[in-house]
Amino acid sequence: MTKVSVPAPRSSNVIELHDVTRRYGSFEAVRGVSFSVAKGELFALLGTNGAGKTSTVEVVEGLSRPSSGQVRVLGHDPYTERAIVRPRIGIMLQEAGFAGDLTVIETMRMWAGTVSRPRPVADVMAAVALEHKASTQVKQLSGGERRRLDLALALLGSPDVVFLDEPTTGLDPESRRNTWRLIRGMLAEGTTVLLTTHYLEEAEELADRLAIMHQGRIVAAGTVAEVVAAHPARITFQLPTGVAPEALPALPGARSVHCDRTSGSVEIRTDALQESLAALLAWANPAGLVLPRLQARSASLEEAFLSVADGHMSLTGPRTEKVSA
Amino acid sequence: MSTLSSSIKQSPSTNQSTPVRRLSLRRIWWLGRAEFTLFWRNKTAVVNALVLPLVMVGAYAFYARDNEALTGNTAISVYILTGTVVFVLLLVVYYNLVTAYVARREELMLKRLRTGEANDGEILAAGALPAVVVALAQVVVAVGIGAAMLDLPAPVNVVLLLVGLVGGIVVFVLLAAVSTAFTRNVEFAQISTLPVLMVCAFGSGALIPFSALPDAAVQVLRFIPLAPVVELLQLGWVGGPDGVGFVEAFVQARKPVAILVGWIVVGWLALRRWFRWEPRRS
Repeated sequence: MTKVSVPAPRSSNVIELHDVTRRYGSFEAVRGVSFSVAKGELFALLGTNGAGKTSTVEVVEGLSRPSSGQVRVLGHDPYTERAIVRPRIGIMLQEAGFAGDLTVIETMRMWAGTVSRPRPVADVMAAVALEHKASTQVKQLSGGERRRLDLALALLGSPDVVFLDEPTTGLDPESRRNTWRLIRGMLAEGTTVLLTTHYLEEAEELADRLAIMHQGRIVAAGTVAEVVAAHPARITFQLPTGVAPEALPALPGARSVHCDRTSGSVEIRTDALQESLAALLAWANPAGLVLPRLQARSASLEEAFLSVADGHMSLTGPRTEKVSA
Repeated sequence: MSTLSSSIKQSPSTNQSTPVRRLSLRRIWWLGRAEFTLFWRNKTAVVNALVLPLVMVGAYAFYARDNEALTGNTAISVYILTGTVVFVLLLVVYYNLVTAYVARREELMLKRLRTGEANDGEILAAGALPAVVVALAQVVVAVGIGAAMLDLPAPVNVVLLLVGLVGGIVVFVLLAAVSTAFTRNVEFAQISTLPVLMVCAFGSGALIPFSALPDAAVQVLRFIPLAPVVELLQLGWVGGPDGVGFVEAFVQARKPVAILVGWIVVGWLALRRWFRWEPRRS
């Protein structure tokens, strides 16, 4: 392990993982994950339940030691050099509790007393809109209010790096938007954020780059546009009665045409949505055919995510990815 | 909600602060303060820590007064004082702390604290702060009452008194933390603490003096965690059963001190091996 007084890392990467694995007995929860996050960037980690997101994030936070591989946060090992890394990071776990008998302000003051660079408690309480709950006991808060108190504690130590594990779960739409605004404000100040979420909309809204994990591996990574680009657009409709699937025309750009003979639903996956759709309509219109429930959709993050979840992910996206400084 | 201002001064010195193991008194103080608030808001804990020892000591004093054989050549006041320390260590420190640590663990507070800057030692020390402060206060009050009303003799060896008291507190804080490993929830603490409470209350030589027990039993009971504390207190106050002087008390203290240190080491190792920071997944 490196000594405590390492000079600043060469790159501007704030978080670096290299071939990290985590084993629980014979089960390998994380199987060789590498990624890096630059200063001021928001990196989102997506994945189905049990994909290994939390196991990965725990290693980056320094809560656990990786079974193998290397982790660097702000140029230091977050586990062995905890005392150097912790004062500069803020962690919001998916599931951490409070002492229910303490009030909001008592909880905040207690936490402020443990961090090296506390922000004024009142500022942070205002930022998460909990001022009016200052003297309410934590056990009387709603789920969403508790989540905001969670966030407040993570931000209280003016962290350079913030870990947010599903920060808006349980929030109403308005609180969610407010939390997003707060996160954007942090990013604008140069804070680096590692976010896990299962709201794809949240990742699309906030992430500079993201990675999708599946069965302990990163199966797709890049900007939202890059990840989505690896996936085809989709045209779906019902086969008009009396038309055989074989009668469908060949469409330019189409990757696959799938027809369910019992229900008559057709799904076309295409890399050239506009051309495929034009060709389809050019075939149907002159013949006077109506295509019931016709839908044409560009690929979305949801599409990319679901194809991972369904397990028919084509590994076209880069498996691991580096960012140059 | 608004955005947070970036007016925080980022002190570069924090980047290079080196201590990994050193305890921060500031963090212990802030966490311990919150623990105090929680203690005062928990009526059960307050009754257990403040009223129960009083009742026990009163009953014990009554029993000792009518039982000349028990006290032998030792002043009744010393026996009562020793008994006070025993009840305080068992009820205020041990029992109270098992419930406090388990409560913090089950409400996922310990899990949260571990995401912050405080290290494990600071978290546990802060959790023990109310119990230790209340325990020390009670002992001080008991000594005051004893001196004012019960003709408490001046101690033979104050050093041994303090070693016994402080060592006892450390041992029972450690035992409390270890006991959380087999305490599923706060309610179960009433049962899970019984073995330590019973063995220590009756086997430590405070309630039933060793002089009243067969030699073979005493040889075994000497090794239970509370016995060396009682032995050191009696040695420090009146020079033990033989009434030895200041220097000879040190000589006789070697064995109980060794046993006490042994328990601290065992407790520390057990803590590192079995203490859990999160509830067991059901």
